[in-house]
This record gives sequence, structure tokens and C-alpha cells, in this order.
Amino acid sequence: MSQELLNTIVEKVNKTVGKEVLFFKPAEDEEQTEEKEEVEETAKLNFGKPMIILDSGDWNLTLAKMLRDDSDLGFDFLSCVTGVDYDEHMEVIYNLYNSEKIYYLYVKVKTPREKASVVSVESVWKSADYMEREIYDLLGIDFPGHWNLKRILLQDEWEGHPLRKDYVTDKKALGLD
Amino acid sequence: MELKGFRDTEQYDPRVLEDVKRSVFFTKVEQLKAWSRTTSLWPLSFGLACCAIEMMGTGAARYDFDRFGVIFRASPRHSDVMIVAGTVTSKMAPVLRTLYDQMPEPRYVISMGSCATCGGPYKEAYSVVNGVDKVVPVDVYVPGCPPTPPALLDGVELLREKIRREAKGEKVGQE
Amino acid sequence: MSIKTETMTLNMGPQHPSTHGVFRLLVEVDGETITKAEPIMGYLHRGSEKLAERFLYTQFIPYTDRLDYMNAMTNNYVYCSAIERLLEWEVPERAEYLRVIVMELNRIASHLVWWGTYLLDIGALSPFLYAFRDRDHCLDLLNEISGARMTFNYVRIGGVKWDAPEGWVDRVKEKVKVLRENINEYDTLVTGNEIFQSRTIGVGKLSKEQILDWGISGPLARASGLKMDVRKDEPYSVYDRFDFDIPTREEGDVYARYKVRIDELYESLKIIEQACEQIPDGDIITKKGQRIMMIKPPAGEAYTRAEASKGEIGVYAISNGKNKPYRIKLRRPSFVNVAILQDLLVGQNIQNLVAIFGSLDIVLGEVDA
Repeated sequence: MSQELLNTIVEKVNKTVGKEVLFFKPAEDEEQTEEKEEVEETAKLNFGKPMIILDSGDWNLTLAKMLRDDSDLGFDFLSCVTGVDYDEHMEVIYNLYNSEKIYYLYVKVKTPREKASVVSVESVWKSADYMEREIYDLLGIDFPGHWNLKRILLQDEWEGHPLRKDYVTDKKALGLD
Repeated sequence: MELKGFRDTEQYDPRVLEDVKRSVFFTKVEQLKAWSRTTSLWPLSFGLACCAIEMMGTGAARYDFDRFGVIFRASPRHSDVMIVAGTVTSKMAPVLRTLYDQMPEPRYVISMGSCATCGGPYKEAYSVVNGVDKVVPVDVYVPGCPPTPPALLDGVELLREKIRREAKGEKVGQE
Repeated sequence: MSIKTETMTLNMGPQHPSTHGVFRLLVEVDGETITKAEPIMGYLHRGSEKLAERFLYTQFIPYTDRLDYMNAMTNNYVYCSAIERLLEWEVPERAEYLRVIVMELNRIASHLVWWGTYLLDIGALSPFLYAFRDRDHCLDLLNEISGARMTFNYVRIGGVKWDAPEGWVDRVKEKVKVLRENINEYDTLVTGNEIFQSRTIGVGKLSKEQILDWGISGPLARASGLKMDVRKDEPYSVYDRFDFDIPTREEGDVYARYKVRIDELYESLKIIEQACEQIPDGDIITKKGQRIMMIKPPAGEAYTRAEASKGEIGVYAISNGKNKPYRIKLRRPSFVNVAILQDLLVGQNIQNLVAIFGSLDIVLGEVDA
């Protein structure tokens, strides 16, 4: 069932974006795969639940609205927004589900580490409001389109973003120890 | 207590003397003030984190803080003692100091739990003040994470002991 | 001639008796009507997620206790279940039953604290004393099995830490009877009270659309007619073996939230009774789970969720194959639920502020992480 759902999602997302952004394991062309070993499949099942991986350039409000409003998908509940700092890039992960039929979807959006920026989905799912502010606060990912993007947990004058991997906690310098 | 100035006891009626021994005693004003303070320590209801729930639990029916004259007040202007129950963060520290400054003298501080005492499990966290004693002077530290209600009762008892002994002129807990 | 009027900004907190913690609320009032509300948080931000990256997998469990300290067992559980999913471990049956019993006991304790403090907020003192008396019944049982009153650190990756002491299950059964009687008494005392009803019925209404849009979960969602409960939607642990209902109400007001929580107490008691009947003998932790230095989940990521007393709690765990987590993200229900205040308070009377705010049942340790 999850595989069928994933197929539907891939088809609809590709149609909305207008190009083939999502694909399964590129196994057909053996010569090409050898050259592009780093090509990662962008649609897969993660512990039995569909996961799609997008670039921040392809992730936009039209796509988010499609995921929410499409009659087959209808992901009307945004459960969790996670920001992750990998050393080479940043990722924002959205956990969506359909509150009636209990479908799940992970949407991973990749963004470069320098000038990290992912479009805000706060206007589509209101619950993203605080979770995106939290990620902005702790990881420094910008969310253009957010109505009130400012620090939420730390003081306004705090320097740096503590959840980044290169943040060094120096409590003496902060005057806390 | 030996009654000084009453050397010639023979000239008093022994019954009067007995009465005087029973109902009159001498003390210093300081000690009298300390005595009254210890029996009505009003803490500021100032819960920060997990310890606050145990503080509330101490105030509830089973442990019954009220029998010691400890009655929670919502305003710093009414209170004598501040029980810092929980983790003090860098964002909260200025607020805590303001509240302390608003309390009337004499004022006491009980640091409840290991977070307030030294940072506790959050010693390495980037936003936690390692011990409330960096912000306000602390009289009694109560260990535990969170301390059980009996531990907090013991902490309050220690504070009363301290107030009593300080009134006698002893130095308590310094060096 | 029209009179020029101005709105007034009112500050509530961070030290305020009805917030039960350090929470600040800036409200703008026009006369007595709230026109804008802005929650300000972070006064208890302790950086748990950063700390997770420097500890072994097992060492992070005590920190999950201190998120929602009213309902620590579920936090323990959801974190451990995320790691178990990464490791693809099977948990012994007895451990799962023990987990269910302690989680439900803890849910009762949490709801009782809410019940007592909420009524305290809206002007009734004595329920607080009764609620804490019964909460202590639950905590005594949990203390006996885990060794702590609030921060248990009991659920471990692959099982639980301690087996139930002798006669513990029977004592739970006895206490369930006492609790049911007491809760019934409180229900009859408070729920029908006219003053209480006039303060709560029709106040702070939330519609289904708002609930979905703002990502609200838990009793708040169920009070607005959404049958959302992770225990039924995606049964975790052994919840699929018990017979229990999900109480829902249609009204979506403060009174409905109160009723849903009270009904949930009875359902929790039902689950505990069944679990005590069904509990099998056997191991309480897997062999591998006892060697904590060796817990190294393969690289990957997993998201698990569970139904805490405040709503849906989730953990997003990312592993890179080492013995320390790469990233742990905690989806805290209170943090998501509190955002609704921006929307919910607008247009309400200032007198109803505390009644509405208290009905959300937020815990600041969880809001601020």
C-alpha cells in the first residue's frame, strides 16, 4: 500500500513541478550509474513510510498546497518540522500525515549550508509557524515568506546558532559559568 | 535561664517566684524577630521547572507546607523567601534578579534541585546558568533532581535553623 | 463627537501564578476585548537537543524525563522506541506490558495535576489538594518500580530497567479501584457545578479546521470532534490488545476539553486493569539492550510518535552509525499547541484569558525544550 502511495506521490509531484525531480533507483542505465555514483534515489520507503527528497529550488508553495489539497493525498496535518545540519548541506524535514486515512509522508528539503533558505510553508500549514521559527533560531535556516521570523527560544541578541555542528559552547565566554 | 538581679530570693513569695520562672523569659529583640520570622516564612511561588511540581506537591495535602507557616505568595512584595525551583537560564536570570530585588528585607533564597545549585544535568548546555548563586546569594541548597518533598521540608528547616543562629550572632555557612 | 480610544498592552509573566512556570504572554486589550496575543517563551530553554549529540544513546533518556515532567514515562518510551526502530529490535512482551502500565499511571497523574491546578486557576482551591493526594497514589507506585517520583529514567532501549517488585501488580489493581472511586467523586463534585460551568461552557471555542491547521493534537483535538489518538491510529507497544474508547466531544470549548480529560482518566484505568490481567512472565530487556556502550544503530533515520497526556509527542532520530546520536529532534506537543493562543485569544474577554490558557494544559519544560 505504501509503495502505491509513493508512486502516486512521485507522479503528482513530478507533474506539479514540471520535470522529473523524483525518481527511484536509477538502475536502468548501467553506464550512467557508474559515472554518477553519488546519485541518490529521491523517492523511497523509510521504515515502510514514503519519503521524498527535494532540492530547495523545487520546493515551493504550489507543491505544498498540492500535497495538502489533492483529493488522493490530502496531507492536512503537519506533525513535525526538523532541521538538520550535515557538514556539506542543511536539510529541513517535514512529517506530514492525512488525518482521516492515516497516510504518512516525509518530505526532505535540501539546501546549501551557506545562505541556507527554504520557502516557508507557514501559510499552508499554520503549525509550521513556531517550528520554523525554532529552526531559524537554533540552526539559522532562513524561511522567506514567514510572517514573523525572529528568535523564539533564545534572546534576541544571542550570537550564533547553537544546533549547528560547528557551534562551540563556551560557557565562560557567555558568562554562565 | 538563671535570673540575674534576683539574688535575694528569700524576700519573694516562693509561689510568685515559681510563676515568674514559668512565664517570664529574657531574650534579645533580634532573637524575638528571628523567632517570629521562622514561624511564618512566606515563599514566593516561583516555579521554574520540574522542581516546581514537587514544590507544589509539598504544598498540597500530603506534606502540607502550611503547618510550618509556609504559605505561597504570588507577589514578591509579600514574600520572605524565594525557592528557586528549577533550571535558571540566561534568559530568565535577569528576571529572577529583578524579582529578588523586589522582595523586602530580610530575604532568603533556597536553591532547590541540582539545576539551581550548579547546573545539574544541564551543566554543559549553552543557555543554562551554572548555579543560581551567580545571580542571587543563596542560603540553603537542597540536593536532588528533583528533591522529594521531605527534602524540601528539610531545606526549610535548615533555613529556620540558620535564621535562629544568625540572630544569636553566630556566623552560619560562611567559609 | 467620537471619543478617541487607545488599546492597552498588558504583560503577563514570566512569573505569574497561573502559568505554572515561566511563560510570558503579551496581550493587547481594547477595553475588555483582546485584540492581539503574543506568547513569548524560551525562559526555560535548556538545549536538550544539543546535549543529545554529546551523550551515548542511553544517557539521553534522563533528559527526556525533564521535557514534560508531568508525563515522563511516555517521553522515555517515545525516545526509546525511535532508537529501537533504528536498531530493528524486538522488545520482550513483559517489558511492553510494564511500559503500558507505567505510561497510563503517569497519564493519570498528569491529568490529575492539570485538573487540580486548572480549578485553582479559575478560583477553586480544594480540588488542588485532592488532586495531589491522588497523584501521590500514582507516584508511590511508580516510585516503587523505578526509584523516582517524577523523573523516572525507567524505560530503556530494548525494554525496561527494573522488573516489577513482588506484589506490585496486585497493588496497582487495588489502587485502580481507589482511584476510580475518587475520580468519580471529583467528577460529581465539580463537573456539575454551576459556577464552573458558566465559566467554561462556550468559552474559547476551537473548530476542526483550526485544529488541523495549527497541528493541535491530544485532548484539545478530541474536544473539537477529531478522533485523533496515536494509540488507535497507529497502535504502538501493545495498545492494540486492549479494549478502550477514545472520548471525543463536538463542542470544542473549554468545558469539552475538561470533559475529555476526565473521561480519559477512566479509559486509562480500564487499560491498566486489562494490562494487569494480561501481563505475562519473561524477560524485561533484550540481551543487547543491557550493553549500553554497544548500542550503535545503523545509519538512518526514524520518526516515532506516541500519545502523551498533552498530545502527540514525536522523536526524529538520525543516526550515523556511531554510538552517539547525530541529531535528535523532539516534537513537543505543548510547543505546537501553545501557538494557537495567537489565534484563540483574539476577540475573547480578558477575564477568560486564564480559563482558556489553563485549558491548553501546557508544560513549560516541553515548550522550551
